[in-house]
Amino acid sequence: MITTLSEKIIGRTLLIFAVIFTVMPILSMFSASLEPADTTPLGLSWPKDPQWRNYKEAFSGGHVLELMKSSTFIVLLVVPITLLFATLAGYAIGKMKIRGHAALFFFFLLGLTIPFESIIVPLYYQVDRLHLLNTQLAIVFPLIALFMPFSIFWMRAHFLRIPSEISEAAKVDGASEFQEFRRIHMPLAIPSLSALAVIIFIWTWNQFILGVVLIDDPLKRTVAGALTFFQGQYWISIPLISASALIIITPSLVLFLIFQRKFISSLLQGAVKA
Amino acid sequence: MKRNNLFGALISIPAVLIYSLFVIYPLTSAFRYSFTNWDGIGEKEFVGLANYIQIFQSPDLVASIRNSLSLIVFFSVFPIFFGLLLANFIVRIRTQKIRSITQVVLFFPQILPLAASGIAWSWMYAKNGLVNQFLTAVGLEKFAQPWLAGFSTALPAVGFIGAWVLTGFCAVLLATGISKIDSSLYEAARIDGANWWSEFRNVTIPGLRQEISVLITVTIIAALSSFDIIYVTTLGGPGSSTLVPGISIYRLAFTQSSVGLASAFGILLMIIVLLVILPVQFYSRKNDQ
Repeated sequence: MITTLSEKIIGRTLLIFAVIFTVMPILSMFSASLEPADTTPLGLSWPKDPQWRNYKEAFSGGHVLELMKSSTFIVLLVVPITLLFATLAGYAIGKMKIRGHAALFFFFLLGLTIPFESIIVPLYYQVDRLHLLNTQLAIVFPLIALFMPFSIFWMRAHFLRIPSEISEAAKVDGASEFQEFRRIHMPLAIPSLSALAVIIFIWTWNQFILGVVLIDDPLKRTVAGALTFFQGQYWISIPLISASALIIITPSLVLFLIFQRKFISSLLQGAVKA
Repeated sequence: MKRNNLFGALISIPAVLIYSLFVIYPLTSAFRYSFTNWDGIGEKEFVGLANYIQIFQSPDLVASIRNSLSLIVFFSVFPIFFGLLLANFIVRIRTQKIRSITQVVLFFPQILPLAASGIAWSWMYAKNGLVNQFLTAVGLEKFAQPWLAGFSTALPAVGFIGAWVLTGFCAVLLATGISKIDSSLYEAARIDGANWWSEFRNVTIPGLRQEISVLITVTIIAALSSFDIIYVTTLGGPGSSTLVPGISIYRLAFTQSSVGLASAFGILLMIIVLLVILPVQFYSRKNDQ
């Protein structure tokens, strides 16, 4: 690709501007979080006397430890179960092509564009009848179910890419249907599975509406749903709201920076496949 | 072959079961409720299409449909336009390291909970926030105002949050798309004396057709179901100026006990999403062949 000097200058300027624009809101929150808790700070200012104890206050007052535990519990249920169910069904649909696999696939596709808002009301009454309201399971089951269409779509696409010679070789060697799945296809699926795990993790961790509606106690929600708790608790103090919001986003930010390549490629693939 | 089918059916059961119980069943319940005047506790009385008719007679509900359609400008048009522009320059960065740092930074709003982005931006838009601080600094203090509190500024302001979240995502996805385009096409264009703009229009855009249709779909769904951002910033206010279907459904069902009406609105939202998405999908598939 050939680039002239003027393009270079315009391009650089635009990109630098975009980068600054992207980090600005976070920087502004960071500078606010270091101001004294009982003051109204200015958008962006150099804190003369940084109040690091705002973070301590937000951490304990915001019950961050409890929140992280709750979120981790939810993620540890949702991600593995989603992966397992989707792999099994994706295998039956994409690899084994069982009778009626096209109809089954279509059945799951129906759910791909349903906005969460459309079924949240009946879901509330259903979860209530199951006596799960205000427990973490109230969002665990619906989340797994709502992630099924996308995850099955994803795993089916993976199994379609695996050449059928591999299965035939296994059959010749006398492997049973289960052995073939377990010994040959599971190991091959690991890259697709780990990308899917990243996507489902982010979607679960950041899930908001289900938590807000189905769990009254913000401390039992995922961290994103708990942000409303900080708003309620600290609405008067912008420094403390900012500190707690920054604490909340730190784990996913750290994970993102460590596994940036995996995150970006997974989420991009996720968008293209959906 | 028969045993094979049995094994396949068995391993599909968990997925079918949980999906039927927690997606399909609630969906059918939403349909059933939508034809009743249920308040969530008492008897359900069949009212036919009355709820659907009422949606179009209620100024608030019509406003929330209109608002969510306006948000498409901010969630789809703006991010895809600027995403294209930025992507075009990202791929020209020669230094691998700088290119990947740029992409990581631009992409990062995508991994934040939308609710957190909403909180960050409510602070940006506050009276003392950065937006007003900036306006004052450049001598435009007469425009400084609490952006989320104004009837005419609130909707563009929340829309802009969506643009902030999605522009980088679009840019990175499109940059990946551009790097897959055959570079000989660009060389040919330059030899023909094409300038920056005609190269962009005649080589880049056609090569990105698939990516663009994906982005249109994803961003429109985000615009129409923008519950999270609105919930933490304006809750639909001031007045009904930032009401969106998600917020209306939430209010109708859980504060006004109009479960029937809320369900009907949920069904309608699903239909609107399909009506907007299907033509895009159809058009992009047709072009692929």
